Parts: sequence; C-alpha cells; structure tokens
Amino acid sequence: MTRSSKKGPYVDERLYAKVERAESRGSRQPIKTWRRACTIVPEFIGHTIAVHNGKSFVNVLITEDMVGHKLGEFAPTRMFRGHIGRKEA
Amino acid sequence: MPRVAGVDIPNDKPTWVSLQYIYGVGLKTAKEICERLEIEENVRAKDLAEDQVSRISNLLSDEYVIEGQLRRQVQQNIVRLRDIGCYRGLRHRRGLPVHGQRTKTNARTRKGPRKTVAGKRSVKEMR
Repeated sequence: MTRSSKKGPYVDERLYAKVERAESRGSRQPIKTWRRACTIVPEFIGHTIAVHNGKSFVNVLITEDMVGHKLGEFAPTRMFRGHIGRKEA
Repeated sequence: MPRVAGVDIPNDKPTWVSLQYIYGVGLKTAKEICERLEIEENVRAKDLAEDQVSRISNLLSDEYVIEGQLRRQVQQNIVRLRDIGCYRGLRHRRGLPVHGQRTKTNARTRKGPRKTVAGKRSVKEMR
C-alpha cells in the first residue's frame, strides 16, 4: 500500500540536514548513510550519497530521474554470481 | 465494419465488448465511453451510426492515451527504470519478475521456458 500523502515523503531529517550543509559548503564529497528507506527529494540532485548495502557503501550520484525513489533501490543487497557448473551465455 | 482509432476494426460484438479490442481500452473505459456519448452499449458495433463512430474516435483521440502512444509511454517508463539503475530497472534488465515474486519456482512468464541444467539432481533422486 502506498504511503498516506498527508504525511508527505519520508525523508530522514539528519540526512537532509547533511545534504543541505554540503550544498552550502559546495562540497561534493559522498555522504555516508544507512538510511535506505529515505526518499530522494529534489534537493539531493547532484550530490553523491554512499548508501549502505549491508556490507559496504555504494556511491550513488543522484540525478533528476531518481527523485521519488528510495535510496535503497540503488544499492542492491544481494549479489548473484551465477550457479556452479553453468557456463555464462 | 466500423474503424475506430486507426487500424482497429472491432467486429460485430456489442459496442462495449468491441471497444475493448483497442489497446488501452478495457471494460471500465469502454463502458465509460458508451455512457458519455449516450450510446446504447449493447448495440452491435456494425449497427453504430456513422456519426457515433466518429464521436467515439474523436473522444478516444482527445482524452485517452491508446495504442502506439500508450505502448511508447509504457516502454519509456521501463527505459527510465533501467537507466537510473534502481532495483526495478535491474529486474527488467535481467528479465526477472519486478514486483518481488518468488523465483525459486514459477516466474516462468518472465523467465521463459525452463533451461535444464546437466548434473543437477531432481527432488525425487534426493529421497
């Protein structure tokens, strides 16, 4: 079910503040975060956010098309390397 | 047979049925169109008057996204998901189900025909 629009998008406040601070300083350093559930808002565009995938941080450069998605969608948590004895097609 | 929305030639079924042969028109839209144009929905498509057919055509082209345009829209949405590298895009690229279904079994619609792996033991052998 979709989130009630009354509440607005879920944006982690501390992460948002961090992005704003980086914006004002003109810093383009990756911002580390574990908040995979945080929605991407237009303010994030152009910043690189390092999203935790459970093991390491995946750098995600936020583009306009990503607005409305969640950070976790861009940092896959599973890695499938194929089955044993099966040749790559 | 009447011609509505370019190439679609719905046959001699009731109007509300034959309109559904158009891509992008389902039960709800078909009935809605009949109601809005005050066309009896059970009239066979072949018995529709000339002006009724053209009114249907006009309404479809003005207010609904159908056929090629709709197909293109859907494709574009998929391409967008692929390009931004999100989870749903990856599933589209891999040809796997997108909405979190199980893939241990089933999912054959997306995965296509079974590819049997040599040397893999079946459930029966393991018992």
